Amino acid sequence: MDLAVVELSRLQFALTAMYHFLFVPLTLGLSFMLVIMESLYVMTGRQIWRTVTRFWATIFGINFVLGVATGITMEFEFGTNWSYFSHYVGDIFGAPLAIEGLMAFFLEATFVGLMFFGWDKLSKLAHLGVTFMVALGSNLSALWILIANGWMQNPVGAAFNPRTMRMEIVDFQAVLFNPVAQAKFVHAVSAGYVLAAVVVLGISAYYLLKERHRAFAIRSFTVAAAFGLAASLSVVVLGDESGYALTDNQKMKLAALEAMWETEPAPAGLTLFGLPNLETRSTGSEIKIPYVLGLIATRSFDQEVEGILDLVAVAETRIESGVIAYDAVERLKTDPENLAARAQYEAHKNDLGYAMLLRRYVDDPRQADAAAISTAAWDTVPNVPLMFWSFRIMAGIGFLMVAFFATAFVLASMRRYETRWFLRLAVLIIPLPWIAAELGWVLAEVGRQPWAIEGVLPTFLGTSSLTVPQLWTTIIGFTVFYGILAIVEVGLILHTIKKGPYAKSEDQHPVDEPAGPIPVAAE
Amino acid sequence: MELLLDYPTLRVIWWALMGVLLIGFALTDGFDLGVAALLPFVGRTDAERRQVINTIGPTWEGNQVWFILGGGAIFAAWPMVYAVSFSGFYLAMFLVLSALILRPVGFKYRSKRPDPRWRAFWDWGLFVGGFVPALVFGVAVGNVLQGVPFRLDSDLRSFYEGTFLGLFTPFTLVCGLLSVAMLLTHGAAWLTIKADHGPVRDRARAIGSVTALASLVLFAVGFAFVRFGGLGFSLDAGADIAGPSNPLRSGAFAAPGAWLHNYSLYPWMIAAPVLGFLGSALAFLGIRMGREALAFGGSSMGALGIIATVGLSMFPFILPSSIDARSSLTVWNASSSHLTLFIMLVVTVIFLPIVLAYTAWVFKVLWGRVTLDSLRTNPDLY
Repeated sequence: MDLAVVELSRLQFALTAMYHFLFVPLTLGLSFMLVIMESLYVMTGRQIWRTVTRFWATIFGINFVLGVATGITMEFEFGTNWSYFSHYVGDIFGAPLAIEGLMAFFLEATFVGLMFFGWDKLSKLAHLGVTFMVALGSNLSALWILIANGWMQNPVGAAFNPRTMRMEIVDFQAVLFNPVAQAKFVHAVSAGYVLAAVVVLGISAYYLLKERHRAFAIRSFTVAAAFGLAASLSVVVLGDESGYALTDNQKMKLAALEAMWETEPAPAGLTLFGLPNLETRSTGSEIKIPYVLGLIATRSFDQEVEGILDLVAVAETRIESGVIAYDAVERLKTDPENLAARAQYEAHKNDLGYAMLLRRYVDDPRQADAAAISTAAWDTVPNVPLMFWSFRIMAGIGFLMVAFFATAFVLASMRRYETRWFLRLAVLIIPLPWIAAELGWVLAEVGRQPWAIEGVLPTFLGTSSLTVPQLWTTIIGFTVFYGILAIVEVGLILHTIKKGPYAKSEDQHPVDEPAGPIPVAAE
Repeated sequence: MELLLDYPTLRVIWWALMGVLLIGFALTDGFDLGVAALLPFVGRTDAERRQVINTIGPTWEGNQVWFILGGGAIFAAWPMVYAVSFSGFYLAMFLVLSALILRPVGFKYRSKRPDPRWRAFWDWGLFVGGFVPALVFGVAVGNVLQGVPFRLDSDLRSFYEGTFLGLFTPFTLVCGLLSVAMLLTHGAAWLTIKADHGPVRDRARAIGSVTALASLVLFAVGFAFVRFGGLGFSLDAGADIAGPSNPLRSGAFAAPGAWLHNYSLYPWMIAAPVLGFLGSALAFLGIRMGREALAFGGSSMGALGIIATVGLSMFPFILPSSIDARSSLTVWNASSSHLTLFIMLVVTVIFLPIVLAYTAWVFKVLWGRVTLDSLRTNPDLY
């Protein structure tokens, strides 16, 4: 096996997926904010809300195209770069992707054109309906993608079939109602709502600082403050729900992001700060909050949370059991009706994936010695410091967002739109939700390593049979291409902000409307 | 579990649905590709080019989902086909994806700045976004007809032994050019419907009548290659059509000329090439006479017939291997499990009609020609 191909394939996937997710959360959140703004236009009939809606729709549009464009790559990248993965789990994993196209992306993409071009072809209410379809479509799209990703984290409802040498579906409902997928979906879309609210609030704050477009800016400010407060609370609370879901099926991920080497006796404490050390396999200078981890992870005070060392020991026994299953599968390849091999396979089938971890070191896992088994067992530990710090930064930003939007909400309620320190903060804070969102994916995906499918298929086995030059060609190609598009995109968004909400001729408005009653804010 | 439909039936249904998706893609996004590739030639001034772009501006995005859905559906229903073809055609796929990425940004970003160099850059970007996918799709289909150099090991991991330049042979280039001609015709036919009477429409008609004739000729040349070039594969008699999806038990072999055998086995299949020729001819007449409905109906029928011809000629093969025939992927050995095919069919039966209904509604709302006048008065247009 060529590990360079594996590493480069991972690099390319990380680049293209993380780049894609720069645009997705804004689409998820801004689409619903457009629905809110346009509803206010339809309900009040006031022209200013139309201006608000149309300006944010312009920003939405610039961002949306790159989300779509980079999404095209994602839809095909499993086939181009993860061909064995595609064969091995396509029977399950392909279904949510196809349903996403049919149920969600079609809806979003068909109506988005009408949203931009249908202002004078539709009644107000019908246009609002179209905007709602775009929001619904993009959010449903996230649902199906996270059902697919949730299955990679927690592969329920499927079994390996030795006759076809792949995983096959046995219980579609289990895949659909996977608790990990549900928790991830709500957490991820809420994060998108927070990000969009930060963007709207930040740009509105910029206008208020510059004393431009006040009537437009305070309305946008108010919508973003209310929407952002609800969303940031939801991200933190539902992020906690993902933590609970982790304990059932991804104990290792939880232990790694806590840098928890030894099993924590009940009630487990949460590490606030520490310095994880890979050499000594310990974490120094820990500051712990008692009880909290036990509460988050087990919803109790009397259950322990398993540490990395114990989980590695479990992995070692599972590898040994997996080798027996692997042996049975090899015999079934040539003789599918061999009953003894079938029985042997049935007894050990749940550990088959663990045997495949050995293929990093030996072609045939049955030839592996104790040293290889021990090394492979340690491979089940993801990058602890990366996990540890990613989690702390992400969660820290999450809590900061709650405080930020609570302040914004209070200021908006009191109509104190001139609080300059807050307005400056609102502009400066704009990049933070992106950092948190990307780190969230780092936690989810790096935390699952070495697995592509948790406990089923190691990442290094999932690649296509490509060459290093082929991979460099596409990595460099995508990087240069995406880099240019990013520059163009940011340039166009800044240009749009500079031109302001009255750039389009028909919205021409020499003097801002006086600030009338704003229905969203609590008076 | 007992399912309503048996495994072989579901396999055939999903083989047909794959065809429906590809044809859906060619009929809808096909004219977007064609229009984009025609853009620098049918529009000379900025106003004319804006007119061209706005004939597809509001709808191309939805149309493109046929392509995305095609990818997703092949993944779900034919995972092995998805795995082998896209990794094998690696650099070609990269080319197509890059070209397709240029499209959304080209449409949206071009109009954001009036600078002529900026606009000219995106005009050629849109041309690439239309022309390159049209060409590469055709070349890829040609390669599939020839057989693709891959083999499977006992883990069913696929190894591709071809090169990027090896994709281009005289036959595959004919297929690529046919695809380009077909989609240019379709795009030109669309422009006769959506652009008002004026220079854009006239140029589209001039180019479209040439490409319609070219489609006819290239389709015939393609047939000659298949007939005299001896392309084709066959399956051992008694293939287990309900067996587990494992290509290594396929018993396929290269059989020169076999791609034409289905037409004597199932004479009704001749309808497909007949539609291909007839549609292209009608498109030629329609474009020539300025009869929009005939032109667009003809180009649609032509594309349908040509794509269906490829699928039917190869049945039951989907992706034959040129270096290890028994690795070949067929309708009987490369599908998803029985249960997955059934679930996906239920989902499709529910949602495809809904998609078609709202797509039709959107096209209806946006019905009407894009005039040069409307470009001046409507600030929403690109």
